Amino acid sequence: MDTKGIVICGVGGQGSLLASKLLGRVLMNEGYDIKVSEVHGMSQRGGSVITYVRYGEKVYSPVIQTGEADYIISFERIEAARYASLLKEDGVLITNTQRIDPMPVITGAAEYPTEILDELRAKNVKLEAFDALSLAIEAGSAKAVNIVLMGQLAKHFHIAYDKWIEAIEQLVKPQFVEMNKKAFALGYEFTA
Amino acid sequence: MKELMIGNAAVARGLYEAGCQVVSSYPGTPSTEITEFAAEYDEMYCEWAPNEKVAMEAAFGASLKGVRTACAMKHVGLNVAADPLFTLSYTGVTGGMLVCVADDPGMHSSQNEQDSRHYAIGAKVPMLEPSDSSECKEFAKLGFEISENFDTPCLLRICTRIAHAQSVVEQEERVVPEVKPYEKNPAKYIMMPGNAIRRHPFVEERMAKLTEYAETSPINRVEMGDTKIGIITSGANYQYVKEVFGDKASVLKLGMVHPLPVQKIKDFAAAVEKLYVVEELDGIIETHCKNIGVDCIGKELFTPLGEYSQKSIAAAFGMPEKASVSADTVVPNRPPVMCAGCPHRGMYYVLAKNKITVLGDIGCYTLGAVPPLCALDSTLCMGASISGLHGFNKAGGAETEGRTVAVIGDSTFMHSGMTGLANIAYNGSNSTVLILDNSITGMTGHQQNPTTGYNIKGDPATKINLEELCHALGINRVRVVDPYNLDECEKALKEELAADEPSVIISRRPCVLLKSVKAKPPVKVDADKCKSCKKCMKMGCPAIHMENGKAAIDTTLCVGCAVCEQLCAFGAITD
Repeated sequence: MDTKGIVICGVGGQGSLLASKLLGRVLMNEGYDIKVSEVHGMSQRGGSVITYVRYGEKVYSPVIQTGEADYIISFERIEAARYASLLKEDGVLITNTQRIDPMPVITGAAEYPTEILDELRAKNVKLEAFDALSLAIEAGSAKAVNIVLMGQLAKHFHIAYDKWIEAIEQLVKPQFVEMNKKAFALGYEFTA
Repeated sequence: MKELMIGNAAVARGLYEAGCQVVSSYPGTPSTEITEFAAEYDEMYCEWAPNEKVAMEAAFGASLKGVRTACAMKHVGLNVAADPLFTLSYTGVTGGMLVCVADDPGMHSSQNEQDSRHYAIGAKVPMLEPSDSSECKEFAKLGFEISENFDTPCLLRICTRIAHAQSVVEQEERVVPEVKPYEKNPAKYIMMPGNAIRRHPFVEERMAKLTEYAETSPINRVEMGDTKIGIITSGANYQYVKEVFGDKASVLKLGMVHPLPVQKIKDFAAAVEKLYVVEELDGIIETHCKNIGVDCIGKELFTPLGEYSQKSIAAAFGMPEKASVSADTVVPNRPPVMCAGCPHRGMYYVLAKNKITVLGDIGCYTLGAVPPLCALDSTLCMGASISGLHGFNKAGGAETEGRTVAVIGDSTFMHSGMTGLANIAYNGSNSTVLILDNSITGMTGHQQNPTTGYNIKGDPATKINLEELCHALGINRVRVVDPYNLDECEKALKEELAADEPSVIISRRPCVLLKSVKAKPPVKVDADKCKSCKKCMKMGCPAIHMENGKAAIDTTLCVGCAVCEQLCAFGAITD
């Protein structure tokens, strides 16, 4: 098979690290070669963050460039638009519709482009946009947005549901396992 | 057992499996996790040293005593540790010594993008460069063997895309080599002229032997494919090259980037039609090729700037970009910002309000430079705030002394701020230094330091008292303020700037992200009282935004620091 690419993007502190860990664990357990690339440091402080996940028989580059992503998972609306050009022509963009104002918007130096997802849709981008935050809160914590989004992504994979749950059990602290399983289920069941 | 590991964790695993016994480092992105992961193995002694020079010298001592040892740092950290490195090249080692250095092409979290390979050349020591996590582990282990076999410290160079990329690693058992007995050996270890003169020929002979090793070592590997294009590369660039070409080009992958082989390169060049060198940053392999009479294409095609990728390499070879779609509307930038409730914010607000000239330093507080605070005038390197302020005031005299300060964090002060402060006291500039003490090394992700009272394992340790230390360095006026109290900060700042002797203001409050810091309930805005003046937004708190023309608080971010409450002239913000 060709190497597949998944981009996970959002705002520093939103929990993209756990999402990429979960994805990495599930894909490794399926026997794929895999690389996950993330950037630590500066960008953790409320900046735009991006993680690349690539898997296949043999993976070389750890990064995803223009037109190479099969999926983009975005934790925030304009972050989805920021990295949309990484998507392949037939790729799928899954995004949380939550709005988090960046500092230039807060200070009034820039405006938040509220209609930007419609613009992408008009350009025939396959978009699955939904309020993952509400589902996360329903599951028990606003912090579970990452796992809700992973649930939505999992629908696109031919990997048994139980394998995802198994990986959640391995990665999450025992006291948070049930909440995250519920978040995953809510994301999985939701039709965006 | 197979595990998915970031390169840094794999280096730590390599240290563990190689039987390394002492690890001393100073944190710095993208190298920090090497030592954090190493500290999870109880069999190795690990520590955070006050700076990279101390770390490397501690590693030297452990090697002298006969055990395998390592230190880790970022590229600019190796500048700090360059002094011991250059003479360690002369002394060589007893126990194997690995110096891990992480470069940051693209400057994801750095002030420059210097190429550490120059240090291997300058110090005349070997340097290995892995290209994935599996090689990180293997090369770390090999580095110890090279160190011991050739009697030299060995450098292990990684870059951000290797340090922070996860790939699959096969784990093996730890094997501890026999500890070599300590024997006094002045000719080898006392580097005064008479001995050093006799060690220098050894260094040159060692380089010749290492070059022979580079000719035959399996880590310098030829992968023949189509012979129209031949590419010499290393590290992450190898992965990008393979991504672009697969077997449609032949590749000489260098695992050892110093010294470089001669015959191996000549043979490879002879086997391909056109030779390219793909290396991020400086054209070091290219220059070597040209020096040995091998024609190649390098920096004329590939930029010395930033990070490469499969995209940039394909573009350099004239291949078309892949099809993509993007929005036409411009997406506003999302730069990193100081966190909601960050204790640095209050002090920066006061500095900006009073239009103070601020010589800054390296850490989270460098973010005080960005809008809306724009509070910084300079940031150079670790410690340069204090020493730079001294020079600024010596040049400016009373004109600048009354309206210029240095700001430096607690960890950076211990790293290299102390000597600058001693200079202020000794050479008498009337300077005002602000130590922003947030009780942790923040930007690199919360590492302990000598002022926190804890060691790398989180166990209690001697806590150095900053007030007493400043007194001991010759500063009489030392006072402590709470940066959540704007009036107190402003009063202290004005008084100390007006004082006719040097002073230190310690702005003390722990980082809000520390687990030990309990957040207060978020503040509330009374929309009827809010006059929409936006004064609360002048300090750049990410938890405050405007909603329907009134200030609003993001309750998921706000930690109740109440600095905004002090800014509101209409009492619209309350606890």
